Amino acid sequence: MSSTVAPHAAAPRPDLPATDGHAVEPRENYLNVDYGWKSWLLSTDHKRIAVMYLITIMFMILVGGSFAILLRLELATPAGDLLQSETYNKIFTMHGVVMVFFFLIPGIPAVLGNFLVPIMIGAKDLAFPKINLLSYYIFLAGITLTLIAVAMGGVDTGWTFYTPYSSTYANSQVALAAIAVFVTGFSSILTGLNFIVTVHKMRAPGMTWFRLPLFIWAQYATSLIIMLGTPVIAITVALVGLERLFHIGIFDPTYGGDPVLFQHMFWFYSHPAVYIMILPAMGVMSELVTAFSKKRVFGYHIMAFSTLAIAVIGFFVWGHHLFVSGQSTYAGVMFSVITMLVAVPSAIKVFNWVSTMYRGDVWLTTPMCFAIAFLGLFTVGGLTGIFLGAMGFDIHVHDTYFVVAHFHYVMVGGMVTAFFGGIHFWWPKMFGRMYPENMGRISAAIIFIGFNLTFFPQFILGYMGMPRRYHFYPEEWQVLNVLSTAGATLLGTGYLLPMIYLPWSLKFGKVASKNPWGAKGLEWQIDSPPTTFNFDKVPIVTEEAYAYPEGSRHQREAEVV
Amino acid sequence: MSGNQPHIAPIKLYLGVFATLIAGTWLTYWVALQDFGWLNTPLALLIAVVKATVVVLYFMHVRWQSKMTMVFAAAGFVWLLILFAFTLQDYFTRSWLPIYG
Ligand SMILES: [Cu+2]
Repeated sequence: MSSTVAPHAAAPRPDLPATDGHAVEPRENYLNVDYGWKSWLLSTDHKRIAVMYLITIMFMILVGGSFAILLRLELATPAGDLLQSETYNKIFTMHGVVMVFFFLIPGIPAVLGNFLVPIMIGAKDLAFPKINLLSYYIFLAGITLTLIAVAMGGVDTGWTFYTPYSSTYANSQVALAAIAVFVTGFSSILTGLNFIVTVHKMRAPGMTWFRLPLFIWAQYATSLIIMLGTPVIAITVALVGLERLFHIGIFDPTYGGDPVLFQHMFWFYSHPAVYIMILPAMGVMSELVTAFSKKRVFGYHIMAFSTLAIAVIGFFVWGHHLFVSGQSTYAGVMFSVITMLVAVPSAIKVFNWVSTMYRGDVWLTTPMCFAIAFLGLFTVGGLTGIFLGAMGFDIHVHDTYFVVAHFHYVMVGGMVTAFFGGIHFWWPKMFGRMYPENMGRISAAIIFIGFNLTFFPQFILGYMGMPRRYHFYPEEWQVLNVLSTAGATLLGTGYLLPMIYLPWSLKFGKVASKNPWGAKGLEWQIDSPPTTFNFDKVPIVTEEAYAYPEGSRHQREAEVV
Repeated sequence: MSGNQPHIAPIKLYLGVFATLIAGTWLTYWVALQDFGWLNTPLALLIAVVKATVVVLYFMHVRWQSKMTMVFAAAGFVWLLILFAFTLQDYFTRSWLPIYG
């Protein structure tokens, strides 16, 4: 064991096989300790639950992705030929609902967070393992309800469920989809609760708050947002359902309600939800950039505090979605100014990652390729967000493809890129196998090119005035739309490749060592894959996170010479 | 008492909470039948707040928990306040300018 783990940290654990450092092959780990479906479906091991989440979420990516393919196919021609307007409305709604609630929001916390939070802080599981399993089944229930809603004809309100259309006029399965979102919210609340208590109560001796990896800070801040925001979306969609069924007057002016109130309540959660999606991605980024630059992260404290700042300020900006909804101009100005403010901590992070790489020992592995792709794509997404936060510009491009391009750059270019980077980075730890490295790099390159080809033309289309959510458009916009559809095909290929070679590697990949990347962090000091209780002995932490040798590689070399 | 050991409350406490909630419900009903003018809504809200406080402090045991638990419980209400305050600052300023936002 390395220097951070004291060999006599705790009394011998009778529940673990005795070990004196040299492993017997193949050593018992969380994957081979038990077989049979019951040992998985009833497991309270955070690592097994993470794997179940991974499989489920991969399935949802395929569902949401097929909706996206249908949308792009329809938009390859100006006329509405493949889909008619009603079907098209349902397809883009289901694309949004599935991707937002069943992939982007749970993606990194439920898979990588579940797997890594206990390991990174030196604990043997989360604080409430049974609640963790419960959150998975609530998630499954939410998926089931959504799929039933799809089978019964789908929803056509857009993933935002705006009133009065959703509460009064829509003839699709709004109530069922609202219940599905309501139920799924509880799954993320339970995950958030688990992470908060775990980080407070279960850190190993010596693991002080400012020794936590930035991934943990990100999961912690995300959990706070989840706990404080998710109840509001649950109440909001419940009110929409109640108004549809019982005509109580919350959002419908006929009964004394106000449709704009829905937008306030919806975006009170849904803007912070953007940070539920992107903060964990930023946490992954900090791990990737330090590990593959072999350098301490630039400005650890400011990285941790900017994470918290984003989580808090993110709650004060929701009105930037209401600039053209009849919101008062004064409120608009205030929300606009605070929106600019929230860009500051995000920019700090981007600059610090770049500074970490500067004069580092940069190793262009697959995860690092994804990390560099993230830097480019997230920066474009973030900067166009500042455009949209300015009231005057927003009125010009509101509800156009400019907005669609912006949030895909942040969500897909940011969160999904980091998700794939993180999966590749921790794959050897999760399953004990290496994937074909060159295939990984190729797929990262395809994803980067395909992504830009898909979404950059949409900035131009939106600026020229192409509205979102229509299945036809004037002929002069066809070239850019065909480019976008071609890019989407490339992008889809890029995402499919890992879904083939990663499962392939489970059987045929090279066996991974404990620390194939030479990275710092408790997770790289235990077996790959870990044993059921992660650590044979409680680790004692004696150093900072990212305790790579001080100074840049050039300075170190100069000293040697 | 510190938050480290669970607080065991006597059953009387729960009965007391239950009685308070039932009494509050009857009071709300009675208040709704009277006309107090502009006080109608504040009175109803006041009763609701008292009931919620009893639930949080006694039924949910927050009174006997650590400071950290109290901070988290309070945060929920602060965030509710943010929701109300920032929504109302839209409604209250809509008529300030003779144009729509
Ligand atoms: Cu927003």
